[in-house]
Amino acid sequence: MSRHARLDRREFLAAGIAGSAAIVLGGCDRLSAAPTFREFLGGAEGVTRRVQRALLWRGALAREYRAAEISGTFRANGSQDAYNLPPGYIDAAAEGFPDWRLQVDGLVIRPARFTLSDLRALPARTQITRHDCVEGWSCIGGWTGPPLSAILDRVGLRPEARFIVFHCADELPRYVDGANPFYESIDLIDAYHPQTILAYEMNGRPLPVAHGAPLRLRVERQLGYKMAKFLARIEVVNRFDRIGRGRGGTWEDDGYEWYAGI
Amino acid sequence: MAASSSAGTGERHWIRRFSASVRVSHWVNVLCVVILLMSGLQIFNAHPALYWGEDSDFDRPLLSISWASGADGRPMGVTNILGRRIETTGVLGWSRLDGRPVPRAFPAWLTIPSWQDLATGRIWHLFFAWVFVVNGVLFLGHSLVSRHFSRDLLPVRGEWRTIGRTVRDHLTFTFHRGTGTYNIVQRLTYLLVILALAPLAVLTGLTMSPGVMAAVPWLLDVFGGRQTARTVHFVVTSLFVAFVVVHVVMVVATGLVNNMRSMTTGWYVVAGRNVPQ
Repeated sequence: MSRHARLDRREFLAAGIAGSAAIVLGGCDRLSAAPTFREFLGGAEGVTRRVQRALLWRGALAREYRAAEISGTFRANGSQDAYNLPPGYIDAAAEGFPDWRLQVDGLVIRPARFTLSDLRALPARTQITRHDCVEGWSCIGGWTGPPLSAILDRVGLRPEARFIVFHCADELPRYVDGANPFYESIDLIDAYHPQTILAYEMNGRPLPVAHGAPLRLRVERQLGYKMAKFLARIEVVNRFDRIGRGRGGTWEDDGYEWYAGI
Repeated sequence: MAASSSAGTGERHWIRRFSASVRVSHWVNVLCVVILLMSGLQIFNAHPALYWGEDSDFDRPLLSISWASGADGRPMGVTNILGRRIETTGVLGWSRLDGRPVPRAFPAWLTIPSWQDLATGRIWHLFFAWVFVVNGVLFLGHSLVSRHFSRDLLPVRGEWRTIGRTVRDHLTFTFHRGTGTYNIVQRLTYLLVILALAPLAVLTGLTMSPGVMAAVPWLLDVFGGRQTARTVHFVVTSLFVAFVVVHVVMVVATGLVNNMRSMTTGWYVVAGRNVPQ
């Protein structure tokens, strides 16, 4: 091969690489927007869930910390104030939510409504855990409240029950009329995990509004976005594809994974 | 590597340099590393700051990329690293997306997708993380069984003596057309990437998973906390990028066509006197 021919070949290759890079990057954008390709990539979530569930001892606890390790600043994300909440919610918070009730229904034997004092009367668990946001940051905080399992045992699950859906008072991206409230869902493995609690206290004080007053979910083996705030109703279901846009939660409907163990 | 040789023309001899499995795993790996890097930067952009320890001390990040108003009132990109403040307008903190200036940590041309979208970045990242792991395990297993590992990657006895000269040759860009086998610097570099960087990238990634952390809490102790693991993940990625840059420069400097041919078709040309016996 002559020197000239080799240079031509090199230039051809370099142009080819630059060209294919541009095509590949443009292609990645187009693929990102294609629903079928997103479904394909999203298949990894099922693999992750099955592998984590297979390797994880069901009762394995998330690490708990000492009081001295609680973060000075615990960032709040998602809905935090009146912008995302129904009119009058902040005033009700100031009065200690006298009219607030937690409705528990769906595939249960004895549907029930709980007041805050009903929940406070139940045996509570306090846990100091690390909250890992899907964005990448972590904060350590203490949470107190009854295990979700205590509530579920109270109402009694029907045999066909598979998922627990949490309906909330807030709306994203902003509160309009309460027609599309924030929701989340978990399966029974996480629902009956000992660290899955309904927290009414944070760091020994009543839950602040920014963190979901009066009651929020803690699911310590998943990312922060699973931990629904401003709880209003717990619904026991056998499928969630007819709720919201069908993917099991408000963030899931926006493209995030239903199983947020990673 | 260096298996069969056939008759060449004049001084040139063709040898079979890479097995099909090495070639396939190499290119699958290229795809994975590029997508993992770019989708990883997309994920980083959701919270462009790094910390040390278990939790995030928002007021004291080790590294943060943001934007601020400049003296003339125009926005500028600002990168803070270990207390030092660097203006990075145009690339980090403030750059262009579809021609419009936007505040974002890493620029659109470095992220998948190009627009700000954490959820989509995550599905790319977590899918190709699985491909990367499966490909890496298959490569390691095959390399051990086929003896690619012991024959081509582990340093040969007596080869250590050549390390000084080989480093000097690399620094002065003096390359001898070789026999298609790796020199000591290549062997050590590839071993470092295969046995240290890649496993560290996977393990620090898993140390960010709340599910894995409940099952394997000692990983948290190994890396000194979730935020430290995230920072190490970023540093390991940076070392990966440094490796790829040097690797590509070396591929070009030592015969782009010959190297690329050997990694795609397996065939490599050596000078007649270098034909392995």
